[in-house]
Parts: sequence; C-alpha cells; structure tokens
Amino acid sequence: MDTRIWGGIGIAALAVVPLLGLGNYHLHLLITVLIWGFVYTSWSIMGRFGMVSLGHGAFLGVGAYVATMLWNTMGLTPWVSIPVAMLVSMAMALLVGYPCFRFRIVGHYFALVTLALGEVVRLTIVGLRDQTGGSLGMTVTGVPEGTSFLALQFGDRATFFYVALLVWLGGLVIWRLVDRSMLRYALEASSEDEDAAASVGVNVTRAKLMILMISAAMTTLGGALYAQYQMYINPETVSGIAISLQIVFAVIAGGLFTQLGPTVGAVFTLLLAETLRVTFGHDIHGLDGTIYGLLLVLFIIYMPKGITGSIMAGLSKRRRPNPAAAPAE
Amino acid sequence: MFDSFLLESIINGLLLGGVLALLALGLNLVFGVIDVVWICYAELVMVGMYAIFFLYVYYEVPLPGAITAAVLGVALLGVILHRFVIEPVLGTAPINQLLVTGGVLFFLQAAATLAFGIEFRNIGIRMPVVEFGDMFFSFARILAFATALVGVLLLWLFLTRTYLGTAIRAISQDREIMPLMGVDPRRIYLITSAIGGGMAGVAASLLVLQYDVHPAIGLSFGPITFMVCVMGGLGNMLGGFVAAFIFAQFISVGGYLFQIEWGYVIAFCFFIAMMFIRPKGLFSR
Repeated sequence: MDTRIWGGIGIAALAVVPLLGLGNYHLHLLITVLIWGFVYTSWSIMGRFGMVSLGHGAFLGVGAYVATMLWNTMGLTPWVSIPVAMLVSMAMALLVGYPCFRFRIVGHYFALVTLALGEVVRLTIVGLRDQTGGSLGMTVTGVPEGTSFLALQFGDRATFFYVALLVWLGGLVIWRLVDRSMLRYALEASSEDEDAAASVGVNVTRAKLMILMISAAMTTLGGALYAQYQMYINPETVSGIAISLQIVFAVIAGGLFTQLGPTVGAVFTLLLAETLRVTFGHDIHGLDGTIYGLLLVLFIIYMPKGITGSIMAGLSKRRRPNPAAAPAE
Repeated sequence: MFDSFLLESIINGLLLGGVLALLALGLNLVFGVIDVVWICYAELVMVGMYAIFFLYVYYEVPLPGAITAAVLGVALLGVILHRFVIEPVLGTAPINQLLVTGGVLFFLQAAATLAFGIEFRNIGIRMPVVEFGDMFFSFARILAFATALVGVLLLWLFLTRTYLGTAIRAISQDREIMPLMGVDPRRIYLITSAIGGGMAGVAASLLVLQYDVHPAIGLSFGPITFMVCVMGGLGNMLGGFVAAFIFAQFISVGGYLFQIEWGYVIAFCFFIAMMFIRPKGLFSR
C-alpha cells in the first residue's frame, strides 16, 4: 500500500488519541515523545550526512532561555520570542559553521568544535546567574488563568498535545523535503568526498551551512517548546554535553537514516527510563544512564543502523528473497 | 601599578596548566597513535580518583600503594576499552569511534552514580599552602605541575629512545606500511591504550589531592582536555603542552578578572577562533 495512505491513517490515529480519555500521565508521555522526537529529528537532519554535532545543546539552550527570558522580563509573547531565538541560533550557527565548513573542519574536529559551542552556551547561562538563575534554573512565569493562546501556555494537556503533534509533523515534513531535495544529493556527495563533490559543482560550504541552519532553527524551536511545556528550565537539562550526547544516543538507537528513526529513538529512551523508574523506583540514581551507555555501545557495534534501519533492512531482504541468485559477473 | 592578585592568578594559571597538560598527555598519545578520541577520557580519570579514594579511606591502603593500584587499574581499563569497545568499530566510519566512547562516558558516569551516589567525597589530606610574599599557592598544584613536566619528559624519552616507542611513533605516521615492517599494529594499539589509561591514572592521583570526587567531575574538565589536545594539534605532545598553559591562563586570569565561568567561556571561544586560524593545531606546518 502507498506509504501516504499509511501516513494519513497514522496521523488520524494520533489526532484522536486525546479523545480516548487517557490519564494525564499517558498524555504527558506522549507529549514528551513528540517534543523530543522533534528535537532528535532536527539533529538527524544533519547528522545523517556525517555532520555529527555534539553541541546541539547550544541551540536547545538558546531556544529555552531566550524565549523564557523575553517572556519573563518583557512579557514578549512566545509567538515573537521563539522566532527571535531561532534567529539568534541561526546567527550562532552561521558564525561557527561558516569558518568550519570553509576550512574543511569535519569529523572529530567538527564534533569537538560543536562540543565547545555547547559548553560556551551552558557556561554563559550559568555565568549570567543574575538574569538566568544560574544552575538553579528558572521558571516560566505562568499566566494567572493557566491557559493563554498568546502566552503559548495550556493548562489542558490535550491542547498542548495538538501543539506538539503539529510541530513534530512539521519536523517530519522538513525531513521529507530535505530528503527529496537536491540538497540531499549535494550533502551525500560531500560527506563521501568533498573534493569530488566540489568538482562536479556542489557548493559544499553553502550546502552544509544551509542544513546546519535548518537543524539549528528546528532544535531551537524544540527547546522553546520544551520550556513552554515543562515551565521550568535548567542549564544542565537544556544545554551542555550531557543533553547533546543524549540526543546522539536516542537518534542512533532509533535509526539515523530513516524518517521515523529519531522518533522511535525518543519512544525507546522514554519507555526504557519509565520502565526502570516504575520497576525500581526513584531512589536508584544512574541506573537508566548505565543502561543507556551500555546500549549505545552495543548499538554502534552491532546495530549501527538503529532499530528502524535494521527493521527496514530486514524487510527489504525478505522482499528480495534470494539475492544470491543474481547472475554472477 | 603592581597587582599581586593578578600575579598570583597568573602563577596559579601556570600551575593549572600543569594539571591540564598532564590530563592531555594520555589523551594526546591515544589520539596520535590510534586516531581515536576517547570522549570518556575524563571518566577514566574519575574511576582512578574513586579507586584511590576507596583504597585509601576505606581499606586504609597507604597512599603510594593506592596510587600505584589506581594507575595500574586504569591502565587495564584502557586496554579493556580498546579491546572490547574500540576494536570492533576500528574499520567503520571514524565518527563511530568517537560516539562509541561517548556511550562509555554515559556508562561510567551513571555507573559511578549508581555505585557511589552523588555525594562529593574528599580524600581528607590537607596539602600545605605555599606562601610566597603575600601570594598563596596550593602545594598540590605545584606537585601536579612538576609531575606533568616529569611525565612529558619520560614519555618523550620512551617514545624516542626505546624500540617500542619508535614503533609507536612509526605506526602513527603510516598505518599501512608498518605491518609490512613486522610491527603488529594490534599489539601497539593495546600497549598505547595501556599507557594512555595509565596517564589518566597518574592525572587522577594528582587531581584527587585537589578536588572532591563525584560522578559528574569528568564533565567539568573533560571538554577542556579535548580542547587542549585539538588546539595543540592532535597527537602533537609539545603543542598540547603549550596549549594547556594558554588555556589555563585564560581560565585563571579570566576567572580572576570576571567570574570563573567567564574564564571558561573566553577559553572556549578562543578555542573556536583558533580552530579557524590554525585548524591543524598551533604548531602545524
């Protein structure tokens, strides 16, 4: 059957979920999956071309803090402050990305430059403790009635679910658009061999910058959305190396090269964390991280395509039952 | 106008540079020879610090014994890391090797939380404070500084004067040709990992004298260690050594003039800027 029909059925099924009378807890889990699924998709949109960033916490942090601070201090509606935060992130991405791509900083080096960027943002948030509350984090000032369209605050979880669903779907659409565009071929070529790509007319620097800025803007939106949902942000949870590594882990577990991979990664990590929490309780700190770490190692060694990638490979193998029967050269 | 506080922070920066140089040493060696970034390097140091803490405080092993055991233990950990984590992905995309050690970082940090809790533990040795004029310096830092100098010297002698050291240097220059010359790269990699791990253990023994150990300590000095290595030029020992002192000055003097976080922010921004000016490190040709 056409994937488009399946997609339509899937979206319709998701859209009626809040009508099923789920409790707040299950709705909370779903919203968390959608928000993080969107953030992970934003990372994978450039990660799949070999541009591994260990600093997406920088963009996440800018999204959460710029939007929240503009709202708390100036009462600026998130409808304006989120685009402002996205512009800040894109400027930051341009500032760091342009020289990076111009001077061919790739692989390890690119990962470490972005890691430095993530730390700069985290330390700046901590350092501006008079404005941001430092390591204690800050609370988003709530509107008195609990729900306000202008403030993008919804006391009712079901409404927030639809907001998160829309944003997540938007992320998948952007993924698809990039997947179908010339940009994809340009970037795939550059990730294989930059010289060869440049020699057939690919503007490597521009292609990489475009994808980086798209990814940065999306991640920023994800960070702002997370802040609006949790109503509390903290430099450790929205920026720095720990969250950046968590993004990488979830995407690799779910699958780096498929549209739904990052979302599956979000489901997988959340289910793992919740199962452990329910089974062992709150008191055992570090158990989830221990298992994440172990799994990340195992995934990279044995299943580098992730959950979705391996399923897809399995399916396509079954469809072509006997590849060995192909005529020998 | 003579500002003795500024001078104090400059000299303290020099001493901090010794700590950073020592930290960067093992990472740099592994980086240069195996061409793999151990993102979890600072976590190996943390393991060493915990080992010394528990041996010394709970099992009452004398400090030199505890340190020796920790150095050997972390060296073994380096070998295990290479054999079971790095080796399976050596032939795949280079970024996998970086990410797989990211998994080890997660694992070690969370496992330490699981095993030891999140409290800060101090080994409880009060190191004397050296007074010079009206400036004060921590003796532990002076010790770290001296050890870094000795460590660099020993490593340099080992790499240039021994057969094994020559083989290590050769293999870092040309990975394909050396097996044909009768050098087993696998064995060299394992030895390098052991030395790299051992250096992490040495760094741990000096850090444990100055800082409390807790599971997240790796995150506080891990990133700066990578920056030092990259800015010095990966695998370039001398470059890493000089870069450590430059970074330390930024942190120390920047921290004195503003706040400690700003010192780090300036150092990281300087790193990003330097990557664009000299992408292959300070002393690249």
